Amino acid sequence: MERWSDSKAEELIHAAHESGAPLTGALRALADAFGYIDEAAYPALMQAYARSRAEVLGVVSWYEDFRTRPPGRHVLRLCQAEACQAVGARELTAYACSATGLRLGDTSADGALTLEGVYCLGLCANGPAGELDGRPLAELDAAALDAKLAEAEE
Amino acid sequence: MSTRVYIPADTLAVALGADDIATAITREAETRRTNITIIRNGSRGMCWAEPLIEVQTDAGRMAYGRIKAADVPGLFDAGFLHGGDHEKALGLVDDLPWLKNQQRQIFRTCGLYAPTDLAAYEAHDGLEALRKARAMTPEAILKEVEASGLRGRGGAGFPAAIKWRTVAGAKPAQKTIVCNADEGDSGTFADRLIMEGDPFRLIEAMAIAGLAVGAQEGIIYVRSEYPRAIRILQQAIDTAEQSGFLDGTFKLRVFVGGGSYVCGEETALLESLEGKRGVVRAKPPVPALQGLHGQPTLIHNVITLCAVPDIITKGGAWHAALGAGKSTGTMTFQLAGDVRRGGLVEVPFGLTLRALLDDFGGGTRSGKAIKAVQIGGPLGAYLPPALFDTPLTYDAMARIGAGIGHGGIVVFNETADMREQARYAFAFCAHESCGKCTPCRIGAVRGAELLAEPEPDLALVEDLCAVMTEASACAMGTMTPIPVRSAMMHFPDEFAAPRQQAAQ
Repeated sequence: MERWSDSKAEELIHAAHESGAPLTGALRALADAFGYIDEAAYPALMQAYARSRAEVLGVVSWYEDFRTRPPGRHVLRLCQAEACQAVGARELTAYACSATGLRLGDTSADGALTLEGVYCLGLCANGPAGELDGRPLAELDAAALDAKLAEAEE
Repeated sequence: MSTRVYIPADTLAVALGADDIATAITREAETRRTNITIIRNGSRGMCWAEPLIEVQTDAGRMAYGRIKAADVPGLFDAGFLHGGDHEKALGLVDDLPWLKNQQRQIFRTCGLYAPTDLAAYEAHDGLEALRKARAMTPEAILKEVEASGLRGRGGAGFPAAIKWRTVAGAKPAQKTIVCNADEGDSGTFADRLIMEGDPFRLIEAMAIAGLAVGAQEGIIYVRSEYPRAIRILQQAIDTAEQSGFLDGTFKLRVFVGGGSYVCGEETALLESLEGKRGVVRAKPPVPALQGLHGQPTLIHNVITLCAVPDIITKGGAWHAALGAGKSTGTMTFQLAGDVRRGGLVEVPFGLTLRALLDDFGGGTRSGKAIKAVQIGGPLGAYLPPALFDTPLTYDAMARIGAGIGHGGIVVFNETADMREQARYAFAFCAHESCGKCTPCRIGAVRGAELLAEPEPDLALVEDLCAVMTEASACAMGTMTPIPVRSAMMHFPDEFAAPRQQAAQ
């Protein structure tokens, strides 16, 4: 993940549009590169896709993947869906929240960690499942979570 | 002679340490100056045994389950490269009852080889169906699909042939085959397994569908929660194009979703593909006539499409003979939640829920008693053990107010709080509702509020469910009442007692 750059963002938007990708494709390129979509990109998106600001905002705000603020250096996502609930995802989430002092959706003040909920990672026979910086996690418990977070901090 | 060692590169296996195991095995083999070839295969779907390492021996492939990197030196000491005994040895893969008692068709080659190894796919009869289809008329392909009785595996169970006929019969236009790989139901992972383990089957199927309906383009809409599937599919498509198996007459690409459950609904998915918010469209017009960009579009779930190659090679009649009544073929069930032996169970329709839970699931992982299962994802019914003798067919499930959906079965133990599960069903709907229709947009919010009250007005909840069921625009709103009502019906005591505190 790199820091936001207006010129890089414009390049990505241009490239997506040229390749025939729809607006969501351009947003995907931005989210993959920067972890979020800065409002600074709206004029270029409006121009390339001939949409109003409201339409661009409407699409950005629709999809969970398109954050509007930069995430922390690490992103922990914990599954909140039924198969993981059945093996303790609620308790694990409560533990993660209290251990980090964050609520789901929050980023820590020092920018180290973003904690998010996710609805199903397809690891449903081996829950509770999660994802840390894109790496899949399964059969989690409080101790495993602590170990993974400590590992990431190193 | 180099011994072949199979270590899955599937998301679940990797989550449980498969990459570390591969590194450890490579190092240990170097230290011991032993010649091995590591193959990063797909998963067998035997989730309970992952990471599942297999070694090719003269007798067959020997399986070692639940391996950790720390087990590696011990495995070498035990002579695992020759199938040596070890406390984690499971036996020959082909003899494992859990796999042997299944009737795998769609998944028969998943996990046998590296997912993007086209030569291995072909060695297991891959591409035979496409070659056959290329020599057939579109009408002949349609006839086989019709004869097969294949119904959509995404959730709705709609007869596939009706869609194929409609798209084929539409006026010549820019037709598209869209594969719905937005597998959002909790408790389901069949699409993920096959995309990560046997992607050529899906690609072959889509090319056949293209021939049958006259489409030159295919799009696989994959949810962003499946990054590995996206990567593997992309590699497989590149390989298919380079090898010429996907010739210029059919172009295939992957589109990545944005983390929205409702985009699994086919019309919302089309909106998303067009770059818009995933708001559902009114039907009619059906996508088969006016789908992507208003053009005729054939939309199917991954598993539905993956059933097609065998229907072409073995014939529609062969498929129709499998299963029970109008539920033809095999169903890829997925055992999840608190289950001892979870994973992918492909069997013909008609088995009872109990047989699936006992014979394959083996009870709960926690050792606690089963209180309920939810079948068919977040919009599926909660069923108590008293109903576990119901056969798993579309019709029998419908009679008890349930559905098979995409085949996900989530097991809940005796500690489950059914009122909280019902509240969650509303809350999930509130979170994911597209907002187009009022019953779903407002109803879900009100439902979640009601069930969070210390003494909810259950008559009002029931009233709300009736309105949502009758008046919502799509399955999100019409089916959210299913988990709610089934929980209320089968576990009334949990709704009757007042509670001190509202759930969070």
